Amino acid sequence: MSAGDDTDDRPSAALISHDAGGFAEWLHFRLHRGRLAWAAPYILWVATRFSGRGMVIAIPYGFLLAFFLIPFLIVLKISFAETALAIPPYTDLIEMVDDGFEYFVNIKLNLGNYWIILSEDTYVRAYLNSAKIAAISTLLCLIIGFPMAYAMARADESIRPTLLMLVILPFWTSFLIRVYAWIVILKTEGGLLNTFLIAIGVISPDDPLRILSTEWAMYIGIVYSYLPFMILPLYANLERMDMSLLEAAADLGCRPIKAFWVVTVPLAIPGIIAGCFLVFIPAVGEYVIPELMVGDNVRVIGRKLFTDFASERNWPLAAAVSVILLAILIIPIVLFQRQQARLQEAGQ
Amino acid sequence: MNTASAARVPFEPWNDPKAKPYIRIVNVTKTFGDFVAVDNMNLDIYQREFFSLLGPSGCGKTTLLRMLAGFERPTSGRIELDGVDMSTVPPYERPVNMMFQSYALFPHMTVEDNIAFGLRQDGVPKEERKRRVEEMLTLVQLTKFGKRKPHQLSGGQRQRVALARSLVKKPKMLLLDEPLGALDKKLREQTQFELMNIQEQVGITFVIVTHDQEEAMTVSSRIAVMNHGRIAQVATPTEIYEYPNSRYVAEFIGDVNMFEGRLADVAPDHVIITSADAGTNIYVDRGTSAAAGATVWVAVRPEKIDVGLIAPDDPAYNCIKGTVWDIGYLGNLTIYHVKLESGLKVTAAVANRTRLRDRPITWNDEVFLTWAPDSAVVLVS
Ligand SMILES: Nc1ncnc2c1ncn2[C@@H]1O[C@H](COP(=O)(O)OP(=O)(O)OP(=O)(O)O)[C@@H](O)[C@H]1O
Ligand SMILES: [Mg+2]
Repeated sequence: MSAGDDTDDRPSAALISHDAGGFAEWLHFRLHRGRLAWAAPYILWVATRFSGRGMVIAIPYGFLLAFFLIPFLIVLKISFAETALAIPPYTDLIEMVDDGFEYFVNIKLNLGNYWIILSEDTYVRAYLNSAKIAAISTLLCLIIGFPMAYAMARADESIRPTLLMLVILPFWTSFLIRVYAWIVILKTEGGLLNTFLIAIGVISPDDPLRILSTEWAMYIGIVYSYLPFMILPLYANLERMDMSLLEAAADLGCRPIKAFWVVTVPLAIPGIIAGCFLVFIPAVGEYVIPELMVGDNVRVIGRKLFTDFASERNWPLAAAVSVILLAILIIPIVLFQRQQARLQEAGQ
Repeated sequence: MNTASAARVPFEPWNDPKAKPYIRIVNVTKTFGDFVAVDNMNLDIYQREFFSLLGPSGCGKTTLLRMLAGFERPTSGRIELDGVDMSTVPPYERPVNMMFQSYALFPHMTVEDNIAFGLRQDGVPKEERKRRVEEMLTLVQLTKFGKRKPHQLSGGQRQRVALARSLVKKPKMLLLDEPLGALDKKLREQTQFELMNIQEQVGITFVIVTHDQEEAMTVSSRIAVMNHGRIAQVATPTEIYEYPNSRYVAEFIGDVNMFEGRLADVAPDHVIITSADAGTNIYVDRGTSAAAGATVWVAVRPEKIDVGLIAPDDPAYNCIKGTVWDIGYLGNLTIYHVKLESGLKVTAAVANRTRLRDRPITWNDEVFLTWAPDSAVVLVS
């Protein structure tokens, strides 16, 4: 579509120029003013879609739109801007131009932020490190959470609600307070754990356990914080399992331990996958726990994001960091959703 | 009735004092809380038997099977299998397979893998495993469904997979909990026949729970009729039908007319009962354990009663006068519901040996119901 084609109803976009000099690669679009008429069919479609009974669905969709999609689009928009000494501290992408002959909208996308992130070692490392920490934490959560969920699901029916409550209870206090509580426990000087171990004579006062400020502390913090997200879906899955399947396995000559691996675990896979995603996805972006438990010498992408955003006041760069993070996470999220959909199909 | 046994040599180990029972259930009680599901049960089952458990819902059939399979421990008493006390033997070490009432198919495995599961536990080599699974799939007519998952099957197909899975290991004892309930008549009869075939080939001892009397009659060597966790009677199908030992059994198996009466005359070879219900004296050519004067019940099966318009020559015994209340034409049989003067209704089933239009009996006719002295049973409880 060429510039100046006034007969076209739809807004036409044209890539006017892009200069790939250095870091600042620009994508420059020119959006011609079109009449709003093109939007009418879409508005009609939405209206018919959500009329009457559809309104009920419109509410959650509206919620998702307002609180997930639009904020994301804002972040996406910022990621294509440049920093500026202004409030908010970034340039505008959209510029209305009226050059006397024509009226059009100029859109300039700055790809430089993405360039910086993908070419700078520190960012790539931070992403990889975050993924590694999240993966290890997920695995630890699974190893600790599975037996707990299993024990809960097999416990007497009358005490199951209590056990469930115990898992959920920590959520009633602030996450930060719980992390600080771990600091109090793990502190080298006068920490609860060290005091206790010294008191019972397991370790000597001269050589206390140094856990805080090491990766150990970070893993303890993450695993502790995210464990309920692993336990709950696993419990829901294991509790639902038909116990007569284990009887059938035993009847056919399968010992209990083997039956656990060939019957219980395969049937628990949906719960395992759900739990792993629920831990892995937020753990990748985890910032507070590494910051509080380890401090400066831990390189996770969440910290990077925070410093870019708060200390450096480089909002576009921080926005680009989070967009890339999201892009990386989208893959497991989509896989997760596909798996959930498949399960629903199977009617389980 | 028992089609299979017609071709067989008489198989009656329970009458042979030297025969050793294969399964011995000795004083077994099972309670859940204070609910008694199985109540002090004693039962011997012999090798190669086709033993049916019959009884109303909730009478403890499944509980008994589960104890035999090892999923439940008897609260008291013991179960012996081939002379070995099974109390401490876990299910996976018992030479017993069970087909579950709920099927309990592994949802994450294909039909083939479900059937092969037991063989795999025994380390059966792959080739043989495949062959035997094929065999079973053919038997239950599911060859085309081997690669499907259980949730992709109909109820009846699932039942057949469960049956195949329990049969494939050819265990010494097979416990089947309502194995054929969800199958259509034709497939059910085929499968019954196959079960009997398998049993003859392999010599498996079957213990089978069923709600279908006809099925129990057809396949069983013996039937145990259960009631509230107890055994009401254990006998061959013929005995159960012809000589029930109580009103409960007589009424549970088939249709029956029951007349309450008083023992007027007791002799070793016959008894005479006066019955106000029936409005006649009843002569039965078998002795009874009860003493003269006792209240007893006389059971007469509908097909043993003859319906006639003319009074018999000797109406002193076993002859009741009544009015035809209703007639049901079933094709092979005609069912007459006859109302007596006492108000009691009696059912008679008469084979239609001639065409219907030739039969003169119709509604409101006064008819005479008669039966032979050996056709009735005296019940004391
Ligand atoms: N685990 C259990 N806890 C408590 N009561 C039980 C348990 N299992 C069975 N019962 C009770 O024991 C009784 C016998 O149950 P069972 O399953 O043996 O009946 P059934 O004869 O197989 O009946 P159906 O023909 O309906 O299958 C029932 O009243 C049942 O409620
Ligand atoms: Mg049952």
